[in-house]
Formats: sequence, structure tokens, C-alpha cells
Amino acid sequence: MAAEVTAALAAEHGLTAEEYGKVLALLGRAPTFEELGVFAVMWSEHCSYKSSRALLRHLPTKGAAVLQGPGENAGAVDIGDGLAAVFKIESHNHPSYVEPFQGAATGVGGILRDVFTMGARPVAILDALRFGSLDHPRTPYLVKGVVAGIGHYGNCIGVPTVGGDVYFDAGYDHNILVNAFTLGIAPRDRLFHARAAGVGNPVIYVGSRTGRDGIHGASLLASAALDASEEKRPAVQVGDPFTEKLLLEACLELMRTDHVVAIQDMGAAGLTSSAVEMAGRGGAGIVLDLDAVPVREEDMTPYELLLSESQERMLLVARAGSEDAVAAIFRRWDLQAVVVGRVTDDGIFRARWRGREVCAIPAAALTDAAPVYRRPGEEPVARLEEAQRLELAAVREPSDAGQVLLALLESPNCCSREWVYRQYDQLVGGNTVVRPGGDAAVIRVEGTRRGLALSVDGNSRYTRLDPYLGAVLAVVEAARNCVAAGARPLALSDCLNYGNPEKPDVMWEFQQGIAGIRDACLALGLPVVSGNVSFYNETEGRSIPPTPMIAMVGLLDDVECHVTPWWKAEGDAVVLLGRTREELGGSEYLAVVHGLVRGTPPWIDLEAEKRLHRVVLEAVGERLLRSAHDVAEGGLAVALAEGCFGGPRLGVRVTLERGMRTDALLFGESQSRMLVSVRRRHLGRLRDLCRREDVPLAVLGEVRGAGIVIADLIDLPLETARERWRRVLERRLG
Amino acid sequence: MRWGVVTFPGSNDDRDVLRVAERVLGDEAVPLWHKDTDLRGVDCVVLPGGFAYGDYLRCGALARFSPIMEAVRAHAAAGGLVLGTCNGFQILCEAGLLPGALVRNRSLRFVCDVVTVRVERADTPFTYGCRVGDLLALPIKHGEGCWVADEATLAALEAAGQVVFRYTDRAGRAVAEANPNGSMANIAGVCNSERNVLGLMPHPEHAVERLVGGEDGLRLFRSVQAWLGRGAAGGRREPTVVPGP
Repeated sequence: MAAEVTAALAAEHGLTAEEYGKVLALLGRAPTFEELGVFAVMWSEHCSYKSSRALLRHLPTKGAAVLQGPGENAGAVDIGDGLAAVFKIESHNHPSYVEPFQGAATGVGGILRDVFTMGARPVAILDALRFGSLDHPRTPYLVKGVVAGIGHYGNCIGVPTVGGDVYFDAGYDHNILVNAFTLGIAPRDRLFHARAAGVGNPVIYVGSRTGRDGIHGASLLASAALDASEEKRPAVQVGDPFTEKLLLEACLELMRTDHVVAIQDMGAAGLTSSAVEMAGRGGAGIVLDLDAVPVREEDMTPYELLLSESQERMLLVARAGSEDAVAAIFRRWDLQAVVVGRVTDDGIFRARWRGREVCAIPAAALTDAAPVYRRPGEEPVARLEEAQRLELAAVREPSDAGQVLLALLESPNCCSREWVYRQYDQLVGGNTVVRPGGDAAVIRVEGTRRGLALSVDGNSRYTRLDPYLGAVLAVVEAARNCVAAGARPLALSDCLNYGNPEKPDVMWEFQQGIAGIRDACLALGLPVVSGNVSFYNETEGRSIPPTPMIAMVGLLDDVECHVTPWWKAEGDAVVLLGRTREELGGSEYLAVVHGLVRGTPPWIDLEAEKRLHRVVLEAVGERLLRSAHDVAEGGLAVALAEGCFGGPRLGVRVTLERGMRTDALLFGESQSRMLVSVRRRHLGRLRDLCRREDVPLAVLGEVRGAGIVIADLIDLPLETARERWRRVLERRLG
Repeated sequence: MRWGVVTFPGSNDDRDVLRVAERVLGDEAVPLWHKDTDLRGVDCVVLPGGFAYGDYLRCGALARFSPIMEAVRAHAAAGGLVLGTCNGFQILCEAGLLPGALVRNRSLRFVCDVVTVRVERADTPFTYGCRVGDLLALPIKHGEGCWVADEATLAALEAAGQVVFRYTDRAGRAVAEANPNGSMANIAGVCNSERNVLGLMPHPEHAVERLVGGEDGLRLFRSVQAWLGRGAAGGRREPTVVPGP
């Protein structure tokens, strides 16, 4: 049945002529049909990172707290008390557009496996979602499906979804983004790796049986081929969170023993990639007996067995002699553990089926020797110059600032996300201190006094107008959100969503994104410990806005000290830290009120940003701050309103020093600003801190009444504004 | 006292309840495995939240056949205490230990929120430390929490005082807007006629610490401690009649 392997068949598998030539050279012969399939998936963009690998090396990945940087299933940082935080963000964009419920669900399932594979119990999920315009007819269907799918998987497996973000932009009409993040906690000296070792050790298959689902998902989804040919779209895999829950508990139970040498989940490219990657990292070989693989369909070919992407499966290398003990643990959870191979010393990935060897490829040929492309990038000068041109003088200031504030509060990108997060279990595990809706989620680290703040950010309007500055601002905002919660940013995971890297303008956007993340990380002293690249987010030649998504993890030494964005008590002083400039480029205000996505994003002085962080964290440590809130989309006016909408729901009354356009003052998105409230008697101390760090401080007014009162410009009843802000998604999505 | 917490395949809140028993209450916490047949002498069995058997077929429909359920049934028949929260409530209904059934939320969506429930009866071991009319802020998180029964069953339950908790607004009114899932008569929790088995959709175990979710849920656990402490025989109060919604 195996087709004859020719250059044409290789091309159908997505290998270029040059790549196929390299296959021939590496093997010294023509590949078998199975080997061709293996090369195609392992050298796919999704598995090999061939277009991004050279650039990703520029990201800073080291730091005092880093226990595991990129290259394993997830990154890990030291959080004290002998514990490690293990985390990663990953995309599941294409499957979620094809089948939103299962696509999003299996995205969550995949990232959960990446984390518990490291020996960590998952304790928090975040989701960063990007949809097309809410007015696009397909958007409500996609939103409902994705949110239900995330909830289905996360709720059922019992890991709380504590935060995330959602944006709507016509640039995602045909390519939505579903980026899922998971964080787990493990003893820092019990992290597990995916490095095969020990000749003769058994390779054990655990979890669900193998079916024909998702074959070539990896090679096709992350390529231009998806767009070109609808019928090539492979079936999106179907998730079974119940089985994954059993797998999670069984794996964690197993990892408390000494039976495991290496473990890796079967994600993209299934059995092949998990075996090859474990062999490659360990410098070992692996031989698989495909006849032993548990199947749920009859007559599966070796090609299908090697490439199936059936969900909820893991591959592990155990110590020789531990086979029965491993099987007993899985049996207790009603799962099977089957020996499907052995570790060898020849460095070759072999697969045998019905008495013949169908695959024998040096593991290094599939990993280290995979192609690396330094694709050319070229700035789309004319397009950007046009987009960055903004004649503020021609932008008329609206007469009624109150109406503008209401319009912003009701805009899809500023309104409450409650409709989304109400569908997620935010509480299971009993450690959720700050639930979704604040700047960052805060969870307690069980058994310690510590807490972790989690935030995921990325403003695609900024990155569209300036891919470099937008990426810097994504890192900075994610860090600032952690700081607003009272946490010191520790490290981040990035999910880089771009169009077709074979196009020079897209490649340039990607290069700029990497440079932006690098510069922001270096300035703030933050390492990138894990991440994911998603290319080919384009339809009919139209690419998404460049979208680097940054998931930041911050540490609170004392979780009791955490801060939320909401006013706490009447009479507290409302204070703005940082400088407001006359900046409106790329703002939510320009887009919502004037229909303009133009100008340059707000400028950032990374040194000033660091000084702001120092002031806020020191003030948190001294328990000076009653609330803290990052000033972001919608500017100061929206931030002031948001302070009223949560907690005890108190009003605010402020005055503003003029000196610039009123719309920029109220709705501009100048960076490095934090809106805080403090007891009157603590103002002096806060002033001292700001003076020392040279951070501008302005006392705007106080927490008072039941309205949002901003100078003589805005006077809105709090509850009316809140109801309008709260109900938008419910109204639009049903 | 000894709390027993059953772990079914797919239970999620089992760890949370064990932690409450051990670290918050300072009691003995006994993990019970669904394949066990012995309750190991616990005073109160908790069937926790989660998705036992993946909620396949119907919530609780498969879990009721777990070996441990025979022991739970015998424990209940002998007057032992059984508390089911969320999925545990669904299992108790499927097992016939509590009346009614829990079906898909009327919104057709999963809902996670903090709701207000009003204590309707203080004459159960689980509400022994409450007063009728007390309002508790408790989290809910479920997709199938809409309690239903036929009219006769509902009337009989109301008459016998087996409705223990009702969803209300913050002022304590059992209005439709305060009903998160469409339950009949805003019912959040019911007990059996002997009052030793209670099921409720809200999660008291997620509201036992000031830092995380508040402390209102603690009142249920403390009630059980106090009720057992004063002895089951003399501990029961006279039922207090309260008006329906």
C-alpha cells in the first residue's frame, strides 16, 4: 500500500525540492513512505521552528531565578520555598477557526500536558483570545465556541482559569488567535525532562488509544498549504478532558516515584515527535514496536500510527524493571501503560511493524539537522508611513466627554469581560486570590505565604502601527500589570503570532517583534523561559496584525500584600503616578470615536518604567497602597471608571491640570502610569518615594460618592455607567 | 472528628475539601477512593465537586455505581452524615439519596460566580450553626445546576422543610434575577427527610478563608462539628417554618 516515494510526493508533504535533497543526503538513500511522513512533520514549521529559530536565539533566556529555559516542554523559575513555577503559552489558532469548540479545548489540553509533563501540578490557566470585529457575522459563533471549549476542558480537568484577555479587531476576521497559558507548581528539585537515557530502558505509552485523527496537523496547519486547499484541512482532534484528568493524576503519582527517566507528551506529530525529541535531547536512539501501540481503529498503517495526533497520550522512558510498577499506577486510574519500545545507543529513531523496519533515521537528522531559514525581511515603508501619519489638528475634539467615556466603556475592547470568564471555573484548587477582572490574577502558592501574579497582554493596534514598539509595550504592560497587583515580575513566556514568514514584510514584522521583546526584557531584567511561534496566520493573502502575546509571571513574597484596582474607602486620595503626554496614536479613543487606527503608539522610556515599578513595589511593601491600576486602553478616564466598578463600588471625584488637548488628557494612553489610591496620611511617604525615583505624582482627587466626576468634563452616575459597561458582550453574543 | 472525602475518577474539589478538613478545621481528613468499599469510620462523608466519570451519559449517572456508593448508602441509612456539593449533589440525586434532579442551566452556559443563598432551615446538622434567614455568600461553578422535580415532589419537600438553601439577591429576596441556573423555587440545596443527607450546588469549601473567597462556607463545616459535638440524639432543633419564595 505504501506509495512510491518521489520528489513529487515529497512536495505534496510540504517539503521543498531543496529540503527533499537534504533528506536524500542525510539518509544516503530514498526515504520510505513512513520516513517521508516523519521528515515532513519534524521539519514542519510547527515542529522545527525553521523560520524563527535563528531569531529566537536573540531573546534573553537566563536569569538568577531560571531553572529551565526554552527547549523543554515548558520553562521553570524558582519561586522560593523549594518550589518552581513551570509555565508556557502556546497557540491553537488554526484548529480553533476551523472548529472553535474542539480547537480551543484541545489547545488547553495540550498546554496542560506540557506543564504536568515537567512534574508540575497545573494550578492556573490564562487565555489570550483575538477575534474579528464583533460585527462580522462569524464572530459570535467563534467567540461562543472558543469560550465554551476552553471552559469545557479547563473546568472538567479541574484547573482554574484565572485570567486572560480578549480583543476584537477586523484584522482577525478570518484568522482568530487562541493562545492558552498554563502554570504549574513543582518541587524545584523534582523537575522532569524529556531526555531519553539508559540503553535498554523501556519506552512506555500511556493514555488514550491511537486513532486516525489529526494526521499531518502539524505540517499542514503551520504552512501556507492550509489556505490554499480547504480539503487538506485535517480533522481537528477531539479532546477528552476526563481522560486527561486521569492521565494528570496518574502521571503526578508516578512522578513521586523514581521510575521515570524521561517523559514527553504526544502533541503535534504524536508518537514520532515525542520519541524523536526525547532521543534527540538525550543523544540516544529509540526503537518502537508499532504493533504494540494501543489503537482504537482497525488496520491502521505504520504511517498513521507514527503521525496520528490523537489527544491525551504521553510517552515515557522508565527504568528497566519498573514496567510493572508503572503499569500498576496507571491501572489504578483505569489507564493503560504499554511498553512500545526501548532506548538504544545508536542514535537512530527506528520503527518496526509486522516484522519489518519501516523507519530508521538518525534522531539528529530530524532535530539538529532540520533546516534553518534566515528569511529576508523588508520594511513595508510606504504602508507604515501612511498608517503612522496622524494630523491631530484635523481630529475634532468631541464636545461631550461624558458621552465619549460611555462610548469607550461600551466598546468591545474596553467593556467588561465578565460574559467570558463567568463560563470558566476560576476557583477550583482554592488558591485564587484575585479573580479575573483586575490587572493581573493573583494566586496563592499553596503551603506558603507567597503568591503569583499572572497577566497576558498584547495590543495589536500598537503592533500593527509599529511592530517593534508594540512588542516592547506588550512586555512592559504585562510587567506593569503584575506590579499593579504588588508582584515583582519574574519571567515571561511569549506566543508570537504572525502571517506568512516567506513574505518579507511579515518577516520584518517578526524581526521587529523579537527585537522589541529582547530590548524590553533586557531593560527590565526579565528572561523568556518558554514560548511558541505561530506563522501562516493569513487568509487569501491577508495577514493578521503582528501579535506577540506576552504572559508574565510575578512573585509576591507575602500574598496578603496583594493590591487590586478598585477603590476601597471614601476619602482616600486618588493619585496618578507617571507623566501624561499628548499622545493619541493607536488609541482606543481614536478607533472608537473617530474610526482611526493611525499614528504612532505611545512612547516608552524604559528607565522611567523601571522607576515606576520601584515606587509601586516599595509602596506595596510598606502597605501604602489601597488600590493600584495600570492606565491602559481608554486612558485615564476609563481607568478612573474601572476603579469604581469592582470591590465596594465607590465613586470618584477628581480634577485635572489642563495644558494639552482634553481628549489626550482623558483618553490618551501614555505609558508608565499607574492610578493608585492611598489614605491621606500616607501621601507624604508616597511623595518621598516618588521624589527619590523621580516619578511624577499628581493628587487628582478622592474616592467619594456614587458617581464618576472628572473636573467639569464628566459627571456620570456610577451604576448606570457600570451596567452599560457590563452588559455589552451579553447583549452582542446572547 | 473524621471527614471522609470520596475521590471518583474526575473529582476536582476533593483536594480542596481535604485541605479544609485538615488545615482549616484541624480535623482528621480521610481520603476515600471510589473503588473502596469501606468508609473507614468517618463521621461525615463528602462527595466533592468535579466531573466524575467525565459527566458522561449524565452528571452523576455513572458515579452512583462506584463500589464506595454502597457504603455511602449504608452510612446514610444508619443516620450518618453525607454532604454532596455540586457534582456530589448530582451524584446523590442520581443515587436516589436526595429528591429531584439537576439539569442543564437555563442559560445553557457554565456559570462561575459568587451568589447569595438564604438559609431556609437551621434544623439540619449542616446548618446547625446558622439561623433561618441568614445570607451566605458562596461560589457556584456548574453547567448543570438547575434543580427540578415534579410539582408534587416540590410541594412535599417544601411542606417537610427539606429545602435548606435558596438563591436570593443581596437583600435576601428569592427573586428570578438572583437565580443563576433556573432552579425551581430558587432551590440551591435540599436534604433528605431524615435531614442527615444534604446536597447543594454552591461550594462551601471554596469559602473558608478571608483571603480566598471569604468565610461564609465555613459555617456549614462548623455546624457539622458542633452538631456532632453535642451528640446526634439531643442535637436536633424543632423545625422552624419559613415562608417560601
